[in-house]
Amino acid sequence: MRAQFVLSEMWIGLRRNLTMTIAVIVTVAISLALFGSGLLVQQQVSHMRQFWDERVSVTVYMCTEVSPSQVCQDSGPATKEDREAIQADLEALPEVSNVEYVTAAEAWQEFQDRFSENQALTEAAQEGDIPDNFRVQLADPNNFESVVQTVQGRPGVDSVHNDQQVLDQFFELLDGLKWAALVVSFVQLAAAALLIGNTIRLSAYSRRRETGIMRLVGASNFYIQLPFLLEGAISGLIGGVIASGFIVAARYLLLDRIQSWFAFDVSLGAGALAYVIGLSMVLGILLCTVSSFLTLRRYLRV
Amino acid sequence: MIHFDNVTKVYTTQKRPALDSVSIDVDKGEFVFLVGPSGSGKSTFLRLVLKEEKPSKGRVHVAGKDLARLSNWKVPHLRRRIGCVFQDFRLLPNKNVFENVAFALEVIGKPRRFIRKVVPEVVELVGLEGKADRMPEELSGGEQQRVAIARAFVNRPQILLADEPTGNIDPATSIGIMKVLDRINRTGTTVVMATHDAAIVDSMRKRVIELEEGVVVRDQTRGVYGQAY
Repeated sequence: MRAQFVLSEMWIGLRRNLTMTIAVIVTVAISLALFGSGLLVQQQVSHMRQFWDERVSVTVYMCTEVSPSQVCQDSGPATKEDREAIQADLEALPEVSNVEYVTAAEAWQEFQDRFSENQALTEAAQEGDIPDNFRVQLADPNNFESVVQTVQGRPGVDSVHNDQQVLDQFFELLDGLKWAALVVSFVQLAAAALLIGNTIRLSAYSRRRETGIMRLVGASNFYIQLPFLLEGAISGLIGGVIASGFIVAARYLLLDRIQSWFAFDVSLGAGALAYVIGLSMVLGILLCTVSSFLTLRRYLRV
Repeated sequence: MIHFDNVTKVYTTQKRPALDSVSIDVDKGEFVFLVGPSGSGKSTFLRLVLKEEKPSKGRVHVAGKDLARLSNWKVPHLRRRIGCVFQDFRLLPNKNVFENVAFALEVIGKPRRFIRKVVPEVVELVGLEGKADRMPEELSGGEQQRVAIARAFVNRPQILLADEPTGNIDPATSIGIMKVLDRINRTGTTVVMATHDAAIVDSMRKRVIELEEGVVVRDQTRGVYGQAY
């Protein structure tokens, strides 16, 4: 009896303000989709950071006869002494966890293996294009400064290449995207809250006769407010469901496209997706219910 | 049943108190007319009984409860013991007679079987047997007020408050309404009726409390409306 009554009152409320209800649902859906996308990007970034932190290294390229840089022109190709001195100095650094010397032949072999399916690339390059180099693994990838300082400009060193710098640029872009999405989503969520407030106010006004009688015959406050709260919650739920669709689309269309720039698979699992969707839905329903409740406290005198 | 102890009510927007040190006792089962010109404090009295307003000074006891000490979430339970009838009926236009009366029970969570049993009894008590499926717009003013009385009484309240229940009804029909209220009073329900209708007050010969500018100027058992004093 109770449930049937409350549900039918809720349904009447939703139908009577159909245009406002639609406006609420659309606003909630957009704001939650943005919020969810922001969360998704954040998850993706932390996931990728973890993945890359284990793999990034600083590569120190040595001079060859054909190196064009000024240092190499001045000092000529790296000698055995240069090489040994650099290796010793690198290994002495506390930040460095591992130093590996890769000859031009080994580097060429590795290059061919990695891009074996891309024939144009392997044909365009030849052995010796990648010079002898040191691959330096760091304990913490952020502490690359000392490595750079140790070797930069020394005789025999052509250039120092830091993976982290390349990644940082990429992560900065993603971070920017994330914050943009989150900021816009919060503005939208605020708009959604106001819109819900207005909708519930209209609903309360159009049903003031009923609620007035309910008050007089002693219906409890909760019972009077419940249909309105459910009205808000349902709008939030429908908005959340639509937003979930957008979030799933963002995951597969946007993030997976970014993934394809890398040679490695670091895509997010279903768990992370479910987490983001769940959080967005809960936020949507809570937001709608709370703003309904706050509106009712002002417009439904008990 | 209703006990006002030196109650003063001042609305924030007005200087003059709506009620000024009013002390009234209404016993269980009494029938009381509340008379006086507009603005004399009759409505304020009724609102205080329902705890729609709080007194500025003094204490109000209703059905054995001190309203000042009744927490807000318990107010609905107080109101279940009080039935209300108004000049403008306040029926739901999209519900028929049965549904209007049943609404009062539905919203306090009474089971459907109970509602099916009790509502027809009350509809008959107010003299509307056979009209349970009529819509309010198909009824005369007197009949609509009977529906409102049925709704107020269906939960068997201890107190029935009526705020000018005959104000919108012609004198002949008013007599019928008064008979219904009298019948309800005879079941042991305390009835407090605010009214301007001298003829009705005179014909009923019940207790009359007269208010003027928020002060009780007369409290008479078996009184009349406009007695010379």
